[in-house]
Amino acid sequence: MAAKTQVSVTEEGETARVSLAGAWTVAAAADLDSQLRRLRLLKARRATFDLSGIEHLDTAGAWLIRQAAKTLTDGGVTVALAGADQRASALLETVAGVDQSADTPVKAPATVIELLERLGFATAFAVRESRSYLGFLGLTLETAARIALRPHRFRFTSFAFHLEAVGLNALPIVGLISFLIGVVMAYQGATQLRQFGAEIFVVDLVAISVLREIGILLTAIVVAGRSGSAFTAQIGTMKLREEVDAMRALGLDPVEVLVLPRLAALVVAMPILCFFSDLMGLIGGAMMAWIDLDISPETFVRRVQANTSIKHFWVGMVKAPVFAAMIGLVGCYQGLKVKGDAGSVGRLTTRSVVQSIFLVIVVDAVFSIFLSLIDV
Amino acid sequence: MSEPAIRVRGLRTKLGGQEIHKDLDLEVRKGEILGVVGGSGTGKSVLMRTILGLIRPREGTIEVLGKKVDPIDRETMISLERRWGVLFQDGALFSSLTVSENVQVPMREHLDLPAALAEEFATLKIKLAGLKAEDGHKYPSELSGGMRKRAALARALALDPDIVFLDEPTAGLDPVGAAQFDDLLQGLCRSLGFTVFLITHDLDTLYAVTDRIAVLADKKVLVTAPIAELERHPHPWIHEYFHGPRGRAAKGSAMIDATS
Repeated sequence: MAAKTQVSVTEEGETARVSLAGAWTVAAAADLDSQLRRLRLLKARRATFDLSGIEHLDTAGAWLIRQAAKTLTDGGVTVALAGADQRASALLETVAGVDQSADTPVKAPATVIELLERLGFATAFAVRESRSYLGFLGLTLETAARIALRPHRFRFTSFAFHLEAVGLNALPIVGLISFLIGVVMAYQGATQLRQFGAEIFVVDLVAISVLREIGILLTAIVVAGRSGSAFTAQIGTMKLREEVDAMRALGLDPVEVLVLPRLAALVVAMPILCFFSDLMGLIGGAMMAWIDLDISPETFVRRVQANTSIKHFWVGMVKAPVFAAMIGLVGCYQGLKVKGDAGSVGRLTTRSVVQSIFLVIVVDAVFSIFLSLIDV
Repeated sequence: MSEPAIRVRGLRTKLGGQEIHKDLDLEVRKGEILGVVGGSGTGKSVLMRTILGLIRPREGTIEVLGKKVDPIDRETMISLERRWGVLFQDGALFSSLTVSENVQVPMREHLDLPAALAEEFATLKIKLAGLKAEDGHKYPSELSGGMRKRAALARALALDPDIVFLDEPTAGLDPVGAAQFDDLLQGLCRSLGFTVFLITHDLDTLYAVTDRIAVLADKKVLVTAPIAELERHPHPWIHEYFHGPRGRAAKGSAMIDATS
């Protein structure tokens, strides 16, 4: 089809006859377009388009013919269409009917301006988001205070359900990861410390880092990934199906019904998970120390008891409820922000995980500085 | 009479262990607007998906434009996909693309068009579907329900199809929007000359645009006939459908339209 000439021109003085033939459909449009472009070179003042040779015409073909005629007319040539059958003229008319309103092209702004614009949007978004978080925190605390005065309104069933989901069900993965990290730390520590003949300090290394930082950080990251995201997805889906609106209309407070039980379950579960993570991390470290350095578990335990102060354990534990509250708040807040299409559930779930892990690390750093300043 | 646009013979489909269709026969003539009606769960959408080759039937044959639909036969399917356009129930526009890009998807997939030309054709189709050219730059989430349906229609019309499948195009539209959509569909069908397979619950649409109506019940097409004939049909569901309060109201307004 591509090689066939579908536009042929015969010029007689002032008048040109443009004969169109073959299939004028969208499939051949690219070729037809380039053939029609040659008509611009016409010298004649009058042109007649003969459509009688066209076998098949669709909207694309009709549009091309109209466009060519328009270009010629704009160039001062009088154009007439001839030989169109009933269907063809109907098509041409339909295309002409919509073609009058001109398209207003959207001008893409320059790259620098676009960058600035994005930066501005991101900054404004961050400010607004921070303010909304504070607002949401206040709303949740207010609701919690109200519930504390009337404890029978607390949703115990929901609380128990979420306690199982975020606590009990998370034990295997938290335990496994902590165990493995304990193993890795003991092994890496052993390789380095052996050079100084200070293998026994592997025990202190593992004990202090697991109790102070690693245990709680691992727990928080796993919980953010599996429970914070679940909160966002669950509440987001309910929001999408207008269940949250239905709740409000029925006089139920979404914060009381959805947010508080989840938050409470997380705050209760996190210290337990953190304790379990500490335990498994120490077991992993002890096992590796035994295999690699011949430090027996008995020696390991005795050395931990003698050299590692209990305060390290408390430093880790005290962070647990704080991180739990942050992860729970972020997860629920992002869930309640879902609106529009199903895509926003996915988007906000991702954001919920990223934000809660980011917050956990930032607050952990703040804790670190604060605790070293007060010499703990 | 020329060969039908769609011919379904002895169709049997099963989904999830449940038999949806059994011995279903259907013929859609070229150039007609065929309405497909039936109670909820009678498998109207399933029938459409089966004809489109998205669901494989257990038994029976489906021919579209003289070619046998067989999802395994990629070549035939591609040639068929170029010749039909589909409007799914909720529009099914790709959410990550603008309206104009959505309309260009079938063009880019099936044709080798210069980008500028594809853009122009997309704008033409968008205008044909009754939207403004500026709407082409918007994303589906920025459109209202009625505009989304129009955008989806523009995409269905991208390749100037011979057959257009519409799944409840007026569902969820307000009566004014629905009537405008009916007019649009009828106007386009007349000027572009395509065949329409139209699933709908909307009695006003049935009265306004369809040439014939196929009634799905008891796992098969009970009857295919113009609306005037169906009104006299003795089957209880059909009788209830056209003579219930909604049916009478739609007929009344259709008659007012016809006389004015």
